[in-house]
Amino acid sequence: MLIKRPSDILPSEITPPEIYARRREFLQLAAAGSILGATGLLAPGAGAQTVKTLGLQRLENVAKSALSTNEKPTDYKHITSYNNYYEFGTEKEEPARYAKALKVRPWSVVVEGEVAKPRTFGIEELLKFPLEERIYRLRCVEAWSMVIPWIGFEFNRIAKLVEPTSKAKFVEFVTAYQPETMIGAKLPVLDWPYLEGLRIDEAMHPLTIMGVGLYGEVLPNQNGAPIRLVVPWKYGFKSGKSIVRIRFVEKQPKIAWERANPQEYGFYSNVNPDVDHPRWTQKKERRIPDFFANRQTVIFNGYGDQVAGLYAGMDLKKLY
Amino acid sequence: MTLTPQTVRALKALVFVAALIPLGRLATGVFFFPEWLGANPAEFITRSTGDWTLRFLLITLAVTPLRKLFGWHSLATFRRMLGLYAFFYGVVHLSSYVAFDHVFDVVEILKDIVKRPFITVGFTALVLMTPLAITSTNRMVQRLGAKRWLALHRLIYVIGPLGVLHFWWMVKRDITEPAIYAAILAVLLGYRVRAHLKDRRRRAKPARGAIAQPRPNA
Repeated sequence: MLIKRPSDILPSEITPPEIYARRREFLQLAAAGSILGATGLLAPGAGAQTVKTLGLQRLENVAKSALSTNEKPTDYKHITSYNNYYEFGTEKEEPARYAKALKVRPWSVVVEGEVAKPRTFGIEELLKFPLEERIYRLRCVEAWSMVIPWIGFEFNRIAKLVEPTSKAKFVEFVTAYQPETMIGAKLPVLDWPYLEGLRIDEAMHPLTIMGVGLYGEVLPNQNGAPIRLVVPWKYGFKSGKSIVRIRFVEKQPKIAWERANPQEYGFYSNVNPDVDHPRWTQKKERRIPDFFANRQTVIFNGYGDQVAGLYAGMDLKKLY
Repeated sequence: MTLTPQTVRALKALVFVAALIPLGRLATGVFFFPEWLGANPAEFITRSTGDWTLRFLLITLAVTPLRKLFGWHSLATFRRMLGLYAFFYGVVHLSSYVAFDHVFDVVEILKDIVKRPFITVGFTALVLMTPLAITSTNRMVQRLGAKRWLALHRLIYVIGPLGVLHFWWMVKRDITEPAIYAAILAVLLGYRVRAHLKDRRRRAKPARGAIAQPRPNA
């Protein structure tokens, strides 16, 4: 009898061949790193690294997670200076400049809809959820990618507290709309407030987290403070920022980018190298801050082992 | 306004150097100050050289209207250099796309050109600029003859709109910037249409003297 037991090491975590081929470089780098480390210029450990941050409030008691990738996290300065947060401007460097105005306190998240126990959570309550560091790959629909050490908790923890009913088939995420602080939201670039949505099983998946921190600290405003969605196997725009309302609903929500341009953006928006964006290929990606877009994009952003089952039998070329 | 040959020569040198500043800034960023180019330096270079291609195209197209409206006839001497800079930045723009976005993958690039309308028009614009750059020398003007040379160089009236369209179709959502370029282009081309129509009307109507009534005592 064959007993099927999941292997201890996920195929996605096995060293990719192109990295393996460059192992000598890595050894040299590691050697250089240990010299630097010995001189105190570089501390080991990804999330615990002494990086130059904005010096925001530090988050304590953050557990490590087996779901983290061991790829090298992108520099804090790049993660916080190259953002798509259209409420603060459509240029990548604008959110870092203008999102300071965002009012992040007081903040609460209303959870409602098809649930037995609707509830409003204050941000202080949410920050008391058991926090984990999740180092995830992020792949933007614009063909660039980063590795981000998020801090957060699984979305399903919220769901357990509000008890979704059998009618809850989808979850809609409503982001903040503060016309007085959001200079980019003055233009009707997208329908404000920005809406995102997931199928309930996608939302409940252990990889789906509510992010509250980055590199050991609370989120900078440009990255979606004080609380945001993170869905690592979908294009970045699916991970809505600055969430104020979560609705469990029966019908599939019409998400912001789908409203804006249904030919180019679908509800699912799973990372998929075989479905091109009409204006550019999705086969490859550029890891920030590299010059060359020479990384093969992997289906489900490399999280296929964990999430492919959610889409069994679905034609991903039609339901993109 | 007419300038002495010395002044023109000095100004030409100045314009030549000034037009290299955007490239110099990018090169300095690449080699010495990566923070100038931000988190996605390749995108920065592609965008910036694309912007400068369009800007030089518009500046080149502005020469004739400015010359005629304000009588700045010396401007004509700069037109060739400005046009060549438009081509130069266009070539750098294409090269950065070829190298950084596609890592010289010719098959993928050809697919892109065929499949994606914004690439198709951008690429077409640059292809059309090539004969203009090649025939920009005095010798080429002589060889072609002024009339044929002028006809060929009217291609810029197609290249300009293609370039702006390329930008417009590239933008995801916020079309403010391409709209500004389009508005300037519309003014510059509109001026020419108006001048052309005026010219035709003048020619259609025989000169006033010819149909003047004979004076009583002639």
